[in-house]
Amino acid sequence: MNLIGRLFCSSVGKKLIMAATGLGLVLFVFGHMVGNLQVFLGPEAINRYAELLHFSPELLWVVRLGMLTLIGLHIWAAFQVSAENRVARPVGYDGSPAPVETTYASRTMLMSGLIVAAFVIYHLLHYTVRVEAINFTGRSFADLKELSEAGVERHDVFKMVILGFSKPLVSLFYVVGVGLLSLHLSHGLRAMFQSLGLLTHRCGPLIRKLAPVLAWVLFLGYVSIPLAVMLGFGKEALN
Amino acid sequence: MKLDSKIPAGPLEQKWARHIAENRLVAPNNKRKYHIVVVGTGLAGASAAATLSELGYRVTAICFHDTARRAHSIAAQGGINAAKNYQNDGDSVWRLFYDTVKGGDFRAREANVHRLAQVSSGIIDQCVGQGVPFAREYGGLLANRSFGGAQVSRTFYARGQTGQQLLLGAYSALSKQVGAGAITMLPNTEMLDLVVVDGQAKGIVARNLNTGKLERIAADAVVLATGGYGNVFNLSTYARNSNATAIWRAHRRGAGFANPCFTQIHPTCIPVSGDYQSKLTLMSESLRNDGRCWVPKREGDKRRPQEIPEAERDYYLERMYPAFGNLAPRDIASRAAKRVCDEKRGVGESGLGVYLDFSDAINRLGLETIKERYGNLFDIYHEITDEDAYGTPMRIFPAVHYTMGGLWVDYNLMSTIPGLFVLGEANFSDHGANRLGASALMQGLADGYFVIPNTICGYLATQKPGSCPSADGEEFQAAEADVTARIERLLGVRGKRTITDFHKALGRLLWENCGMARKRANLEKAIREIPGLREEFWQDVNVPGEAGNLNQSLERAGRVADFLELAELMCRDALAREESCGCHFREEYEEAGECKRNDQDFAHAAVWEWQGEDKAPVRHTEPLAYEFVKMATRSYK
Amino acid sequence: MKVTLKVWRQQSPNSAGRFETYPTPDLNPNMSFLEMLDVVNDDLTRQGKEPIAFAHDCREGICGTCGLSINGRPHGEGRGTATCQLYMRHFTEGQTITIEPFRAGPFPVLQDLIVDRSAFDRIMQKGGFVSVRTGSCQDANALPVAKPAAELAMDAAACIGCGACVASCKNASAMLFVSAKVSQLGLLPQGQPERHRRVLAMVAQMDREGFGNCTVTGSCEEACPKNISLAFIARMNRDYAVALLKGE
Repeated sequence: MNLIGRLFCSSVGKKLIMAATGLGLVLFVFGHMVGNLQVFLGPEAINRYAELLHFSPELLWVVRLGMLTLIGLHIWAAFQVSAENRVARPVGYDGSPAPVETTYASRTMLMSGLIVAAFVIYHLLHYTVRVEAINFTGRSFADLKELSEAGVERHDVFKMVILGFSKPLVSLFYVVGVGLLSLHLSHGLRAMFQSLGLLTHRCGPLIRKLAPVLAWVLFLGYVSIPLAVMLGFGKEALN
Repeated sequence: MKLDSKIPAGPLEQKWARHIAENRLVAPNNKRKYHIVVVGTGLAGASAAATLSELGYRVTAICFHDTARRAHSIAAQGGINAAKNYQNDGDSVWRLFYDTVKGGDFRAREANVHRLAQVSSGIIDQCVGQGVPFAREYGGLLANRSFGGAQVSRTFYARGQTGQQLLLGAYSALSKQVGAGAITMLPNTEMLDLVVVDGQAKGIVARNLNTGKLERIAADAVVLATGGYGNVFNLSTYARNSNATAIWRAHRRGAGFANPCFTQIHPTCIPVSGDYQSKLTLMSESLRNDGRCWVPKREGDKRRPQEIPEAERDYYLERMYPAFGNLAPRDIASRAAKRVCDEKRGVGESGLGVYLDFSDAINRLGLETIKERYGNLFDIYHEITDEDAYGTPMRIFPAVHYTMGGLWVDYNLMSTIPGLFVLGEANFSDHGANRLGASALMQGLADGYFVIPNTICGYLATQKPGSCPSADGEEFQAAEADVTARIERLLGVRGKRTITDFHKALGRLLWENCGMARKRANLEKAIREIPGLREEFWQDVNVPGEAGNLNQSLERAGRVADFLELAELMCRDALAREESCGCHFREEYEEAGECKRNDQDFAHAAVWEWQGEDKAPVRHTEPLAYEFVKMATRSYK
Repeated sequence: MKVTLKVWRQQSPNSAGRFETYPTPDLNPNMSFLEMLDVVNDDLTRQGKEPIAFAHDCREGICGTCGLSINGRPHGEGRGTATCQLYMRHFTEGQTITIEPFRAGPFPVLQDLIVDRSAFDRIMQKGGFVSVRTGSCQDANALPVAKPAAELAMDAAACIGCGACVASCKNASAMLFVSAKVSQLGLLPQGQPERHRRVLAMVAQMDREGFGNCTVTGSCEEACPKNISLAFIARMNRDYAVALLKGE
């Protein structure tokens, strides 16, 4: 069997795919958070950042397709692994006791992952495709425009974010979604380092402590935006 | 019965090399035409099977465990001796040879022991090559520790799990050959009879323990590596399923049984706590480095140990053996413990125990040092007894640990049945009347890796290639019919008493009469009583279940039935050996409580020949000629 | 003391199993768990019932034969011990104790509490060795091994092959077992020539046997009677990745 065959067919290979795609997605999630947090720097910063991202549609699509591939592989591997795992234990223990010393996050990776995926789809429809029906504000996000300093018309992301999160139910869904993502990553980060072979005797203890810290950073970073909006941040932009 | 030891001529150090050089060989292209069945996959069996298969023979290996890696070699803790002299402390092949012969109280064959010492060094090379993680020094070289009965550091070890690591090494070699398709491995398979065709061992009948199916396996030669028979005592440090069935069945088919009464009793085990007990747990002998053995001076003193003042304690080992004190050899320490318990000064609920006290060592070295040295042993002790040995002395008592006796073999490790080879603890050859620590692992691997591959060829060369009989032959069918009849008989009794009952009764009888100290009257009593117990077994044992599937009761019943026969032979042997030597202590032959050997009349191996059920076996002897060392009296005072 | 046992009974590999409940005779708290089963079995035999089949041998925690799930936990409560090292004093008077076989697809039940763990042997046969012939090795001290490497290899080599890692894992993964062997040999110079081939072959066989995947929950490490660390799995993953890139 060659490299590709082994990678896609063996248990350890699939976990490597899961970990490598996970690493790509985690890096994106962190980058995305840093980008998003620019909302606190005001409309000019975030809108310019968004404009920059859309600088080259070709490049943007390459990145988007890349992300889709990562997500696709990650989910494919997850389903493969889960299906195999179910077959491996045809008869369970009496009363299905929770396996010793396992965390809630580690036992619910597939479920948390699937809910996060649903959340991501909503998020894309909400802020990227900008489907009016699901933003519950009665306004089209696609129509929110402003002029840049250079006088070019561009999308007013700042206004969109403030408007989008002004709906409490939407914000709540974001908090739940990001919460699940962090739960997923609190175990996922550790598992990723393990599958990539980095959790050895030397680095293991440090990484094991670092994983939940990073998950909390993500959670707080992301949640800060809807929370701030709910508490009144950027209200003036809506007038 | 003809006992030709086939010891090669020539100076001691040249015997083995000369034997290899002069032995007949089997041509490489002919090796695959020979089929060898190896019974047992402990150190000796696994190493033999792997090596014979590497040489090109077709090998079938069987074991009753669910995998070859579980044999009781795995439980050996301390280490393995080898005459490497890495410590530059004056060790040599000669010294290891002499220590072993002396430790065995001059009842082992010189040439065999010398060969053992010669090949010992190659064992370490072999094991290191396999990836056995021996303890090392910071320089990356192998570490050694010292062990009882030697004045040099020649013991190689892997923490307290040396036996495990060596067995896993041999198992890995076996697995390599199984993976290559060169060995047929049959786990869950127990040998129940030996098949002898025209006076030569040509196969076995075995039972698949999962399905109950009987298998006839024909071979050009049969190798038994089935371990010792200490479980005849019921309570021992052996694994629960260790048994004598393979060697006993071979004995009944004509293999001589040598020195059956030589049983090593280990001094430091956790005492029996109740009638339900299934197993005795060994506490490493190393504890005696820092612990002091004592009992109360007064008979029947039931005070708690802390309440007994210093002046009323008897540190009996220090008193009786001032030179060696608490480090006296195994047999001597065991007997001393028995003596004080016989004087009703034993401690614990049963009165069968002595204290091993660490309070002095803790005061001298500090609690931390003791914890560091023995922490895991203290934990084991706590787990089993629920007592904290840091605060109160440990209780220990001797327990059956190893059997030096076994099937008689010649220099080629061939029994009195041509074609039947016996390795490791199952044979009698190297330890005489007492085995030194760290020598069992050495012997098992020496036999398997280095001796048998170089001796079995001499026998096979006398057999025409491809002359292995068919497993459908008359003798095979007859042997299978015997096995079937015996199984049906066991299942047919449907009596009232459990197998455990009989095993316990036999164990008690043997322990009391043929244990640490033996005397004529007791042995005669046991020889009278064992046949009665045996008869009762066959009339009143309750073996539930059927023959045609997994039936653990049936397995046990067959083993206990064989123990019931073997026990009698042990007593007969102990009775006939009218001297004390090594582990065999006859109360009539002692001098100030010590063994009094009789080299005039008993410098021989006693070899018993089976005569049939209800017939007394016949005792033959193989004289032990000491050409190169002088017999001396062991003294540890 | 007395307890009640709820025991999995299964006649043969293909028959359906079920739980049976047995009250125990009077027990001594100093009994080991397996001695308790001995006593119960003798009791059942006297009543004319089939005794409970369970695997055991050395009864000192080293052979790896015994393996029962006690109240859903392989080898029962307590870290670093096998079933045979469990004592009745850890249970309370009148307690109901559920005893089951190790549950995993690749460990089919043979009878009652005995499972077939031969899958482990087949994995070992694919590469759990160093290919040296007897008698072909150089002097043992010609191959120095740094003490830390030797110690770490010994940590891995302590595995007794009991299968508790598989039994405790929610995915019935055998990664701890396989990685222990791969790591032991991978850490030592003797194991280097076959290092890549070994990890690829052993993982392939592990997959063929139908074990699940490691999802790093860590329950294997907890259940392991020899405290073998999860870090060995990471080490094997790394070896596997390197082997993939370097080929055989």
